[in-house]
Amino acid sequence: MSTLSEPPKQSFHMGMLLNDTRYRGYTFQFIALLALVALFGWMVSNAVANLAALGQDINFGFLSDQAGYDINQQIIPYESTDTHMRAAFVGVLNTLLVAVLGCILATIVGVVVGVLRLSNNWLIARLMSVYVEIFRNVPVLIWILIVFNVMANALPSPSTFRGDDATASMLLGAFAFTNSGVYLPLPLWLEGSIVVVGVFVVSLIAIWALRRYARHLLYSEGRVIPTLPIGLALFVVPTLLAFFIMGRPIALEYPEMGRFNFQNGIQVRGSFIALWLALSLYTGAFIAENVRGAIQAVSKGQTEAAASLGLRPGRIMSLVVLPQALRVMIPPNISQYLNLTKNSSLAAAVGYMDITGTLGGVTLNQTGRSFEAILLLMAFYLAISLAISGIMNLYNNSVKLKER
Amino acid sequence: MKNSLLLGAIAVTGMVAGAATADTLQEVKDRGVLNCGISTGLVGFASQNANGDWQGFDVAICQAVAAAIFGDANAVEYNPVTNQVRFEILNSGEIDMLSRNTTWTFSRDVDLKLDFLGVNYYDGQGFLIPTELGVSSAKELDGAKVCIQKGTTTELNVADFFRVNNIEYEPVPISTASEAQQAYLAGTCQVYTTDASGLAATRASFEDPSAHVILPEIISKEPLGPLVRHGDDDWGDVVRWSLNALIAAEELGITSANVDDLAAAPTDNPEINRLLGTEGTLGEMLGLPADWGVNVIKANGNYGEIFEKFIGENTPIGLARGLNAQWTDGGLLYAPPFR
Repeated sequence: MSTLSEPPKQSFHMGMLLNDTRYRGYTFQFIALLALVALFGWMVSNAVANLAALGQDINFGFLSDQAGYDINQQIIPYESTDTHMRAAFVGVLNTLLVAVLGCILATIVGVVVGVLRLSNNWLIARLMSVYVEIFRNVPVLIWILIVFNVMANALPSPSTFRGDDATASMLLGAFAFTNSGVYLPLPLWLEGSIVVVGVFVVSLIAIWALRRYARHLLYSEGRVIPTLPIGLALFVVPTLLAFFIMGRPIALEYPEMGRFNFQNGIQVRGSFIALWLALSLYTGAFIAENVRGAIQAVSKGQTEAAASLGLRPGRIMSLVVLPQALRVMIPPNISQYLNLTKNSSLAAAVGYMDITGTLGGVTLNQTGRSFEAILLLMAFYLAISLAISGIMNLYNNSVKLKER
Repeated sequence: MKNSLLLGAIAVTGMVAGAATADTLQEVKDRGVLNCGISTGLVGFASQNANGDWQGFDVAICQAVAAAIFGDANAVEYNPVTNQVRFEILNSGEIDMLSRNTTWTFSRDVDLKLDFLGVNYYDGQGFLIPTELGVSSAKELDGAKVCIQKGTTTELNVADFFRVNNIEYEPVPISTASEAQQAYLAGTCQVYTTDASGLAATRASFEDPSAHVILPEIISKEPLGPLVRHGDDDWGDVVRWSLNALIAAEELGITSANVDDLAAAPTDNPEINRLLGTEGTLGEMLGLPADWGVNVIKANGNYGEIFEKFIGENTPIGLARGLNAQWTDGGLLYAPPFR
């Protein structure tokens, strides 16, 4: 019956796009969208036309040409006869290396400092405030240069390690700190080392199982078993046993002074250390503030309730406060990770060969393909940033408060 | 509103298109000053004196061109540019010419759309190393760290040289000559490589130049010269022939001391007369005053005088003429005839 009382449905006609307030909004939005597309289209075609007028077409063919230059830090093998594409890839890996290690160190520094800043110990809390304020308020480029120059001037040059009257010596005969980088022993994987590694992996799994079991005991029977000593023993003892049983299959290759520099061993270059430390400490200061804010966002009643249950302060922090603070601190930390990754492009200041140094530096210069190189750089940083926020958002979804 | 935006956009496009085909010489004349790109600092080639004025072997080319156009060698606006941005700044029109120890190569000339207008210094790439390391040949550099300026031909030459000779090395990329100098002196790299003239200039600025040696290997040809953008040949001619005038003046024996006398009245040598404008209309053909040649030579003297003044054997740089002598003295300098 009700269908009869409804007014006859008015059919849509074009005039309503202008006259009917229900549709007029769409009309104007559509026109604005067209105008925006036209504007960007015009800007792109203008750039293409102007480049064409200069005789420079947009062409990515240069990527398959021979690069012709060398790169000092290479995670994958690279020769000067390889292509620009591979050189760019070496740069991408170097960017990712410093970004990943930077995010890890920044998180550790940030969480520790953020917690300590709330400490009841006056000295520790003030020291942490000083750290946060100093690092947060000086541009990161300056920090990179400070760390780099302090290293270059304070540490001995490789030549002082040479000869009989050497003024510098290696730490424990295995570590050399020079002004161009730090040299570490390189593990050599001899025959049988796979067994040792296998045992190590199994013991890691055992530790994980132990913690799971301990939690199960806690929840079901309320018993607390000491996981730390057992875990430590599991971590060290089986691997050591396997190491000696297999006849010490993992040896160390120590850095040795060659004619000019240390040879063998692992070289961690000064440019990498400067970039990594500066980025981590700088971003760590921001993360510390996020952590502090997140901890303070957890209601004090939670702490008091935990205390009334008899938990000690360390356990209150790790079992009650931090898990709740985690939900608050993750979203702002995502943008700190993005900042750190993007700031790694300041590598050029200390000659670290990241993607900006290879594709956006030498390749751009030697081929003159600036438009293409910058486009690729933008695409790379966009992709990597979206990937980081995608992964972190997944993690955020898994820990955030589930509302039903 | 939309219409005015569109019109504005069309006007901007028109201006951009206009700039590409502009008459650079006329623009420079209207502006009253020459925008010249130079090095950010290389003793002898381009450096600031105590008064903050730029001077040097490369700067003298800028001054010669300014003198040819305005009769005033000081009508120059200096733009210190780094290796990495020099070609972009030139192509964008920010500077009119570049005189910045830049190597003339095929790809720069053809692919980057630049015009090299001659050679003001024939150079080659060498290696600088502390004497105490006891190295006498570049072939002994196995395992060394080498400081290289980014965005130069030198980083490609080094890669080729070490690859062909099967020597391991590690490049340490550096942005400017002064940074390279710091890194080299601090010992973060053992070897500094660039054009041999640049090495001599760098070594001259050290506290103890004798503690450093330039290795005998010269691993490349580095013809350095001034350049302009592709596509404005009239402007290119002005720079090319200003440089040639300096070289020809030395060959013809015209110096800053006698140029006024020689230009006062036609001499017996018709080429001198044509160069100094007392005969013929060479200046007019270039769109310059008839006495342009006189002004070019008066700015800093002829090529030989400029060489001796800034980088010659009596300066701290101490470079010999070598390849850069006149062809009549066994060198490579050979200015085409002024006819």
